[in-house]
Amino acid sequence: MRAPLSWIRDFTPVDAPVDAIVHALNQLGLEVDAVEEPGREVLGVRVARILDVVAHPNADKLRLADVDFGGGQTRVVCGAPNIEPGMVVPFAPSGATLPGGFTLERRTIRGEVSDGMLCSAKELGLGDDHAGILALDPGAELGDDVRAVLGLDDVIFDLAITPNRPDAMCIVGVARELAAHFGLPLTVPEPEVDRDPAVTTAVPVAIEAPDRCPRYLAWTAEVAMGPAPAWMQQRLVKAGVRAISNVVDVTNYVLLEHNQPLHAFDLDRLAGPGIVVRLAADGERITTLDGVERPLDPSDLLICDGDRAPQALAGIMGGGDSEVDDATTRILLEAAYFERMGIARTSKRLKLRSESSARFERGIDPDGVARAAARAMELLAGVATARPSTATVDAYPRPAERARIRLRTSKVNGVLGTDLTDAEVIDALAPLGIDVQGSGEAIEAVAPTFRPDLEREIDLVEEVARRVGFDAIGRTVPKPEHQVGGLSHRQHDRRAVADALVGLGLAEAVAIPLIAPEAAARFSAVAPVQVANPLRAEESVLRPTLLTGLVAAAAHNAARGQSDVALFELGRIFRRPVVEGALPDEREAVAGVLAGMVRRAPIEPDRAVDAYDAVDAIDAVVRALGVADVRIESASAPGFDPGASAHVVVGGEVVGVVGALDPAALAAAGVAGPAVAFELDLDGLDAAPRVDRQFRVLSSYPPSTIDLAFVVDDSVHAAAVVRTLRAAAGDLLEDVRCFDEFRSSQLGPGRRSLAFALRFRAPDRTLTDADVADARTACIHAVEAAHGGALRG
Amino acid sequence: MNLDDALALLDGARAEAEAAVAAAADVDALDVVERKWLGKNSPATAVNEAIKTFSADDRPRAGQAVGAYRSAVGEAAGARREALTAAAAATRGPGIDLTLGGHARPRGHLHLVTQIRRELEDIFIGLGYRVAEGPEVEDDWHNFEALNIPPAHPARSMQDTIYVDLGAAEQMMLRTHTSPVQIRTMESQEPPIYVVAPGRTYRNETLDARHSPAFHQMECLAVDRGLTMADLFGTIEAFARRLFDDESVRTRFRSDFFPYTEPSAELAVSCVFCGGDGCRVCSHTGWIELGGCGMVDPQVLAGVGIDPEEWQGFAFGFGLERIAMIRYGINEIRTFFDNDVRFLEQY
Repeated sequence: MRAPLSWIRDFTPVDAPVDAIVHALNQLGLEVDAVEEPGREVLGVRVARILDVVAHPNADKLRLADVDFGGGQTRVVCGAPNIEPGMVVPFAPSGATLPGGFTLERRTIRGEVSDGMLCSAKELGLGDDHAGILALDPGAELGDDVRAVLGLDDVIFDLAITPNRPDAMCIVGVARELAAHFGLPLTVPEPEVDRDPAVTTAVPVAIEAPDRCPRYLAWTAEVAMGPAPAWMQQRLVKAGVRAISNVVDVTNYVLLEHNQPLHAFDLDRLAGPGIVVRLAADGERITTLDGVERPLDPSDLLICDGDRAPQALAGIMGGGDSEVDDATTRILLEAAYFERMGIARTSKRLKLRSESSARFERGIDPDGVARAAARAMELLAGVATARPSTATVDAYPRPAERARIRLRTSKVNGVLGTDLTDAEVIDALAPLGIDVQGSGEAIEAVAPTFRPDLEREIDLVEEVARRVGFDAIGRTVPKPEHQVGGLSHRQHDRRAVADALVGLGLAEAVAIPLIAPEAAARFSAVAPVQVANPLRAEESVLRPTLLTGLVAAAAHNAARGQSDVALFELGRIFRRPVVEGALPDEREAVAGVLAGMVRRAPIEPDRAVDAYDAVDAIDAVVRALGVADVRIESASAPGFDPGASAHVVVGGEVVGVVGALDPAALAAAGVAGPAVAFELDLDGLDAAPRVDRQFRVLSSYPPSTIDLAFVVDDSVHAAAVVRTLRAAAGDLLEDVRCFDEFRSSQLGPGRRSLAFALRFRAPDRTLTDADVADARTACIHAVEAAHGGALRG
Repeated sequence: MNLDDALALLDGARAEAEAAVAAAADVDALDVVERKWLGKNSPATAVNEAIKTFSADDRPRAGQAVGAYRSAVGEAAGARREALTAAAAATRGPGIDLTLGGHARPRGHLHLVTQIRRELEDIFIGLGYRVAEGPEVEDDWHNFEALNIPPAHPARSMQDTIYVDLGAAEQMMLRTHTSPVQIRTMESQEPPIYVVAPGRTYRNETLDARHSPAFHQMECLAVDRGLTMADLFGTIEAFARRLFDDESVRTRFRSDFFPYTEPSAELAVSCVFCGGDGCRVCSHTGWIELGGCGMVDPQVLAGVGIDPEEWQGFAFGFGLERIAMIRYGINEIRTFFDNDVRFLEQY
């Protein structure tokens, strides 16, 4: 909210420097977003009277105005349509400065000399009105500085009020906080209303939903519609509210001053004598002031006339039918207290927020309703020659009870870490309108009705903290005594996985887990979890795989001339829950996508990324985790090329996929060239058996190595042959690896030669030729038996 | 051999040896020359052998003569060796050009957010904290209700929530903050509790320069007997000083509102770039707003079965991207999620 300092000073004589006020407001939790001093840049603009207006000889839309600025007379060229002789206006002579640092000079416009200009409200930095020249109070002294006349010599604090502090959403509330902070009195005068004995109209009020409307005050008055006086308009404009008419401006003025939303109905447009406060009927509709017809729900509260016809959406917005306008002569002023949650629900459902609903849903002062209504009548008498009725209906069957809260000084100090005395605690609370009695462990505080946030002891502890200031609180660092800090094994493992992939040269990506359903379908067979309220179709499901984000990243880079990528991501993937009503099956996975070239030139030749690079990544991850018995088994998977992909299997469970991506899926995702990928379910690996880390004595005897080459069918996997060799070679085998793959016309189609190097070593002796020969024979027989592999001579 | 013989022998040998040194065509030849004229069978050795037969008067002169011979021939050989080595090097042809670079094995990179997260985790581990985690899709209880944010509470309007289409309407959502991890931790663990919870959080916003539907936060929660707001402020200050590696960093707290803490405060640190004088990074305020903090609301503690009269807690949270943006001058949040390799490889 915007709080002009001049208005605040109506209630407390704060005269501290602006910086000190800003500091105080910030400390109190009324955060200052901006400080504006509108008059600062308006220099030398004076009050002038238009003496005569004549046509410009050379321009249709311009006229010449002769003005008297007190110290003399001159002529200016003016384009505004609303000028006429006798009007008192702001005149900026040459040498004057306007907001933006613009300084006027005498100049010739279409052959006529203009000695300055007449100003609109906008040109003076007062709101947005640029339709015409601003009309000043006709009684203003010619030659006076408009800053004084318009009240521009002011400071406006733009405050961000937190939702727990509805009381601070008004000038009196801000003044109360500043008065407390600076130790000044707060004076809110009782409104003086002269009821006109000739006006006796009373309107019956029937509240059919008392839970939703604990208080409803209706007061009629006869009024003379017209514009509000300049002083009121200026205050409203400075507070960011557009001036409309005297009656509407008064309701806004009281809203801003006292936080009480008011509504003025045109009494003569309400059918039937009376107000009915009721819930909407199913299928009922109302057209609000903004011209929108709104479908209602039976939980919406309506203000209706005596004929039960809806005239306002209670606490949110009035209806168009009973709006006051120039023809209005009698008004019904509504001042009410509506239940907070009801207003919040309707406002949220209709996506309709107003200054009024924002206050009702946060909670206004139920006890302040009558005073605010009286303040409005006092103002209406002054600005709309209102004659208030002698009859006021104030339905307030169960007055609000003030919260009684027990407060302990020990609790205050225990929470804040301070050493405050009883007196300091009490002195902190009393200026906020809180009645405080007692001391020590038995302070009884009674909260004012304008502070709905004060219900519990801790609420008062916070008040004390705000008042004494956080600077009064020290700095200590607690040390946990029951535990040692650190990561869990699982968290260590996650770091190890990422580090292993970084070691392999991959860069970690972080993608947004909201993706398009088509993207999900391209790389996953599971039905994804849907977003209920997506902003865009491209972000309407939760990713069931990390591959979508990585492929999108590859496409993003390719579009920028960076087609060589090696990326991985470690993050959550989502699947629909197994049990209805449960949270989704949310798992941690790691995946990678590599595309383009592996650049090694000039030392080695460059080469294209291939699926074996992805297998390396799998190897790096499982080795970082120490997972035992990992198998790569040829298989197809969504988004992968079926001829070059495999499952990663641990303990019989598929925990991942690796291989070349399907060119069609890539093309659909915007990646032109080939790319390879892997994905592993890390949660699935958590329970996998780990390699035995028991130390084995390092043999000091020499190894003995043999090479064996077998001719096998293409269907025989190298890894299967390795497993057969391991099993057959006996305890002396130290290592086995495939070192050559070879095809030729001699071997025939569908067949290949695989060559393996086997290294043997004994822990306690040098191996004999016989040892190795036995193992060699066993290996040859085993491969032949298991895979039909013939030893290649 | 007498003294005169010895001197004559050495004189002659020296001339011959120097000629041989000069004539040596390469290092191998020089080795042979050196062995002959300075080795076991050299004239110097012979004279040395003979010295013991000399008179006491002659011995010093003979000794000096041997020394002079050795140093003269030795120096000549040394100079010649240097010349030959240089000449050989000059004729060997060019060496390898190590400026070509290496085998260009790629260097991997952790994402900047991960680096910041680990750094922060490690700071809190140093303070004795554990790392807590929770799901990114949350239920209404953990994300809102248990945090004192009932349905239609105005605080819910402060966050545009992404709901998922599971179960009853608006009952499951992508967590809007890491605070539900506080609840899960307190539900599963008896106090004392000292944890940090880093993780991804979501808002219903479209990705652009200033907004992102996903970003990362870290939350700190401590629940213990007698914890105070001074403990909260002190912990934040200790953390901020480690984060910016600057013991002069100051902290500033201003009253604020969060439904799940009371009292609540906005937390800011003195600008590490200008020392608080005002600069572009801190928008000329001298302070950098990092996040929010407060004492855990007694109702939140009671809601998870922790007696607020026995235990008190504090919590604070902040955005990881924001810390990275401040530290490295990154101006757009979308930079973190585009995964442009130029960005990823810079860190």
